Amino acid sequence: MDKLCSVPKTITDGKTNVTICDAKRSQLIPVLRKIQEKEGYISNRKMQEVAFSLGIHPVEVYSVVTFYSFLTIEKKGKHIIRISNCITADMAGAKKIIKTFEKELGIKLGETTKDKKISLEETSCIGMCDQSPAALIDGKLVGKLTPQKVKNIVKELKK
Amino acid sequence: MEKSRKGPIIFSTIKPFAGLKESLKIGRSEVLDQVRNSNIRGRGGAGFPTGVKWNLTATATDNKKYVICNADEGEPGTFKDRVLLGEYAKLVFEGMVICAFAVGADEGILYLRGEYISFLPELDKTLNQMRKDNLLGENILSKKGFNFDIKIRLGVGAYVCGEETSLIESLEGHRGEPRNKPPFPTNTGFNGHPTVINNVETFAAIAHVVLKGATWFKSFGTDKSSGSKLISVSGDCRKPGVYEIPFGTTLKKVLKMVDAKDTKAVQVGGASGTCVSKKDFKRMIAFEDLSTGGSIIIFNQKRNLLDVAENFLNFFAEESCGQCTPCREGIPVLIEKLKKIKNIKATKGDIEDIFSLAETMQLASKCGLGQTASDALISILNSFKKEYTLAKS
Repeated sequence: MDKLCSVPKTITDGKTNVTICDAKRSQLIPVLRKIQEKEGYISNRKMQEVAFSLGIHPVEVYSVVTFYSFLTIEKKGKHIIRISNCITADMAGAKKIIKTFEKELGIKLGETTKDKKISLEETSCIGMCDQSPAALIDGKLVGKLTPQKVKNIVKELKK
Repeated sequence: MEKSRKGPIIFSTIKPFAGLKESLKIGRSEVLDQVRNSNIRGRGGAGFPTGVKWNLTATATDNKKYVICNADEGEPGTFKDRVLLGEYAKLVFEGMVICAFAVGADEGILYLRGEYISFLPELDKTLNQMRKDNLLGENILSKKGFNFDIKIRLGVGAYVCGEETSLIESLEGHRGEPRNKPPFPTNTGFNGHPTVINNVETFAAIAHVVLKGATWFKSFGTDKSSGSKLISVSGDCRKPGVYEIPFGTTLKKVLKMVDAKDTKAVQVGGASGTCVSKKDFKRMIAFEDLSTGGSIIIFNQKRNLLDVAENFLNFFAEESCGQCTPCREGIPVLIEKLKKIKNIKATKGDIEDIFSLAETMQLASKCGLGQTASDALISILNSFKKEYTLAKS
C-alpha cells in the first residue's frame, strides 16, 4: 500500500501548485493541510491527484480527509471562526457569544456566509479554558470573548 | 516571559541546556539510570514509568529510532502544554535531545495540535537557533556521532490522536485510529521503528532530573508519585491558570490556592476524569489517588452536574474514532439515558443499564477514550445523588 515515489512531484490544476517532495504516505496529512489552507477545502479532483502521486487508492485519501475535523470536503470560508464548546466555555457564557456571532454574521452555527468569506463553527476544547469563552480564529487563539469583542472581530474580518 | 512562574521542578531555575551538557558528560547509561531512579512517570495522564520506556527503546536493536513529543493536548480543561510551549519551549526541546542521546535516536518530531498553529513561527525560530548553536544537527556539542534534529508536524483536529498509537497512525498518513497493543511503540513505533513518545511536560522535567539528580527529584511528591505535576485550573475560581504542585497536594489546598468559593464539585482529569464531591476534597493529586493529566475544572453550587456530564458525553461522541463498537455505540446510548434522567423519566432499571454498559465500555474498548468516556457520568451518579430524581417505574 505504501508505494514510495522517489522523484519529487508537483500537483497542479492550473491554479494551485503543490509539490510533494519524497512523496511518502507519511506526507499525506501535511499535503492535505496545505491544500485545505490554500483552497478552503479538498476537492474530489485533488483527492484523486494526491492519491495518484502517493500510489494509493483515492478512497484512502477520502477516509483520511473525512476523519479529521480541520480537513473538509465542503468549501469553507476564507476566514474560519471556531468557538470552543468545552464545558468551561459553556459556563462562561459561550451561548451568548455564539448568538452574537450568528447575529453579526447573519448565519447559523455551522454555516458559511454567502460570499464564502466567513465560516462559523464549533470545536472541541482549544486549550483556553482559563480564558473562556474562547475561539480559534484563523488559527489564532482568542480568549475572554465578550459580545463587544465579537462585534469588533466580525467587523475586522468583513473588511 | 520565562522565570516569572514559580514551582518546585519545572518552574524552578535552570541554566538553558545545562542538562544536555551534563548528559553528554555523564554518558548514556548514567542518563538512563538517573531517569529510571527518579521514578518519573508519564505526565500525559497514563503514568507509565518514563525510565522503563526509555530503557526499552534504548535496548531495542534497530539503526533507526525516533523521539516524539506528544503536544496534542486536547483533554477538556487542559492547557499546560500551551504554557510550556509558549514559555518553556527550549526546556521541552532540551528534554527531547537528552532522550535522543540516551536511547540512540537521530530524528525527533514534535506533534503539535492544529489548534496551536500560532506557536509554530516561534517554535521554528527556537529550533533554528538551536541548530546554529550546535544543540541540534550533527555531532551535537562536539559529541562525535551524536546526530539529532527535530521537526514539527501539525495535527488536524482530532482528540484521539493524543493516544500514542493513534498519533503514530496520524503521522504515517492514516486515520488516527488507535492500534492494538502490543506491539508497543518502544519497539514498533513510527514507520515500524523503536520510538519514545512522551508528553510535553515529561520532556520539560528531564533536564532538571539529569542536572539535579534523581534523589533531588524524589524529594518532591509521594512515595509512589515522585516529583511535581502541572495542573491547569479553570471553572469557578478567581485565579484560573497553570500551577506546579508537588504530587500529594490535596484538592482542598488547590481550591484555596486558586481562590475558589462555594465549590460543589471538582472534575479532576478532564472529560475522561472523575467528578469529586466535597467530602473527598481531602484526597490528593497523585497516581495512587486522583490521577490526572492536569485538568482541574471547578464547579460552584449553581452548576448543574448533569449538564456537565452531557457536555462531556457529547464531546466523546464527537471525538470517538468509531473504530470499536463499545465506544462508538455505547456513548450515544449513555447520552440517551442521561437525557431520560434529566427529564425525570429514568427508572432504577435505566441506572442499572448505565452502570452495566459503562463496565462493558471500560473492559472492551480498545483505547483510553472508550475506556474512560463513562467515568465522569458514573462518578456524578455515584457521588451526587441529590442532583437527580428517578421516575417511579
